[in-house]
Amino acid sequence: MTELSAHLPQFQHGQLTENFPDNHLSNTNDNSERRRHDNSERRRNDNPESETNGQPQSNIQQVVEQDEEEDEELTLKYGAKHVIMLFVPVTLCMVVVVATIKSVSFYTRKDGQLIYTPFTEETETVGQRALNSILNAAIMISVIIVMTILLVVLYKYRCYKVIHGWLIISSLLLLFFFSFIYLGEVFKTYNVAMDYITVALIIWNFGVVGMICIHWKGPLRLQQAYLIMISALMALVFIKYLPEWTAWLILAVISVYDLVAVLCPKGPLRMLVETAQERNETLFPALIYSSIQVWLVNMAEEDPEAQRKASKNSTYDKQAPANHTRNEDGEADDGGFSQEWQQQRDNRIGPIESTPESRAAVQALPSNSQTSEDPEERGVKLGLGDFIFYSVLVGKASATASGDWNTTLACFVAILIGLCLTLLLLAIFKKALPALPISITFGLVFYFATDNLVQPFMDQLAFHQFYI
Amino acid sequence: PARGLAQRGASRCSLSCRAFFWLVSLLLSSLIWFIAVKASDPHDKPLQKGLLIFGVMFSVLLQEAFRFLYYKLLRKAIEGLVALSEDGCSPISIQQMAYVAGVGFGLMSGAFSMINLLADALGPGTVGIHGDSQLYFLTSAFMTMVLIFLHTFWGILFFHGCEHRRWGEITAVVVMHLAVSGSTFCNPLYVGSLVPSYLLMAAAAAWAYLLSGGSAQNLRRFLLCKS
Repeated sequence: MTELSAHLPQFQHGQLTENFPDNHLSNTNDNSERRRHDNSERRRNDNPESETNGQPQSNIQQVVEQDEEEDEELTLKYGAKHVIMLFVPVTLCMVVVVATIKSVSFYTRKDGQLIYTPFTEETETVGQRALNSILNAAIMISVIIVMTILLVVLYKYRCYKVIHGWLIISSLLLLFFFSFIYLGEVFKTYNVAMDYITVALIIWNFGVVGMICIHWKGPLRLQQAYLIMISALMALVFIKYLPEWTAWLILAVISVYDLVAVLCPKGPLRMLVETAQERNETLFPALIYSSIQVWLVNMAEEDPEAQRKASKNSTYDKQAPANHTRNEDGEADDGGFSQEWQQQRDNRIGPIESTPESRAAVQALPSNSQTSEDPEERGVKLGLGDFIFYSVLVGKASATASGDWNTTLACFVAILIGLCLTLLLLAIFKKALPALPISITFGLVFYFATDNLVQPFMDQLAFHQFYI
Repeated sequence: PARGLAQRGASRCSLSCRAFFWLVSLLLSSLIWFIAVKASDPHDKPLQKGLLIFGVMFSVLLQEAFRFLYYKLLRKAIEGLVALSEDGCSPISIQQMAYVAGVGFGLMSGAFSMINLLADALGPGTVGIHGDSQLYFLTSAFMTMVLIFLHTFWGILFFHGCEHRRWGEITAVVVMHLAVSGSTFCNPLYVGSLVPSYLLMAAAAAWAYLLSGGSAQNLRRFLLCKS
């Protein structure tokens, strides 16, 4: 259930260059919840001392052999399914970015740099250029780190209004302003005559529907499409305004940062996930790409009756949650509500024994809002920052490589393989994992290798028309 | 249904894995070629051509080696899946994997050969204006197509050979690959490269079909639309 997305708001918030490593794949909680649910059904009395914050590890130790095998088999099956579910949006995002880079020259034209990368790369010596790009990358990464920590602090101290305001302003900026620029450049490229009134209508509709889909409710496909579009827009901005060496350095450093932030115990992203887990909340649906429908209502608002019923049956109730409040209102009541809920729960269903089950049931309910016959259907979530950085890598490869399409294709395959591996690791470890490091490493290695080694070789082969 | 999904997921993953393996083999072979070129005199044309030929042969051998490595990886994966599945049979058979693997290799190889050409074909220009062959794009297209098909069939043959320990099949695949690549050395004399390649493709197709359990009877039944 928890996903990490955290950083996106920071850069969406008009500070064009911040990207956040919000990359986490987590279907972990989904998986762990399911496991817990399965376990609890079979052996209800065996987990009296399960931790309330539901660490998967404690359950794993108590699993019976047979349960473990069945779970693993399901895990693999769902792992395979998740691969498909994530390949398509990542591919789509990259395709959109590459198509735009190849056709609209605006995004490859150098029109200055952002204030976060003040040092220019047009220097006389290579050493100076290297130094400047290192400084640029350092500034950018520190801004990102500061913003992440700020976000975690805000989240910890329950300043939900601030976070939501920030998110809304960022998505407003992306959906209206950036798409207006994008549309304008596309029209310029294809020499399409257009009047302001039509453009205003188009952008208004696009933006408003986007805001509704992302921040409130909307058809799953539409929400996914919008998330892909804003990721692509953001990636294009980065490709345009980041100079070459700076971009590669930032990509490398950000995957290291992602690794550290997610896996270290004191990492900000890990703290974010754990806090969200403790509070039993979803994180910022506006920043996570989810492959299944996620209700934006606060799960704790559900009818305690439903919780009890669900925890008693092994199947999930498909009842829709009682109130579908707006995300902002719901979130604002989080702090107080959770305590009430806890009291109610304590009164009605009694303490700790039920906690894993009811928690599993409650967390499972929203995820199953799609009418799926398969009660164990789980989605996987990928942060939007991942989409953005993957697309930045592939976009930069297609914009600046001498090998052109070969390099782009190689980076594309490398990123997909990295994603595959990360999903595999996710299925094995069942906790939130950073999605950037493996893919970006493969992508960078393949970019430089293909551009410098493979391209001359393929060129010569094509010249002589030899085939390998 | 879950099985079907696992199958699709496994094939997609396998396809990209296969593409990745081909890419790595290409990378390594171009690394070797690059080193050789840098270590030699760039103005010596015959030497450069000789080095290129060496690069091509080495690349072919490396591709086949990676195909073998991929086979080993798939074997392990399928064993793992079989061990975990309820009814003792894996959701995807080795033949299907062989086919997907072959297609993956072929697609990647074809894409890499063709895509820059296609991009250039979109732009302005005249084919063969400096006296080269005017059929460049056409023959490239045919050559790429035959290679993709060949990779698919070779995948099936190779995996079958590995499964049943028939070294004859494996060596046949390697020799065929070397032959096809070698035949392209007589380009732009396209008769020398395209015709043998297509003949080899027909032979490989028939062989792969027979190995996959087909027969002349099946074919006749299929063509005459009998059930």
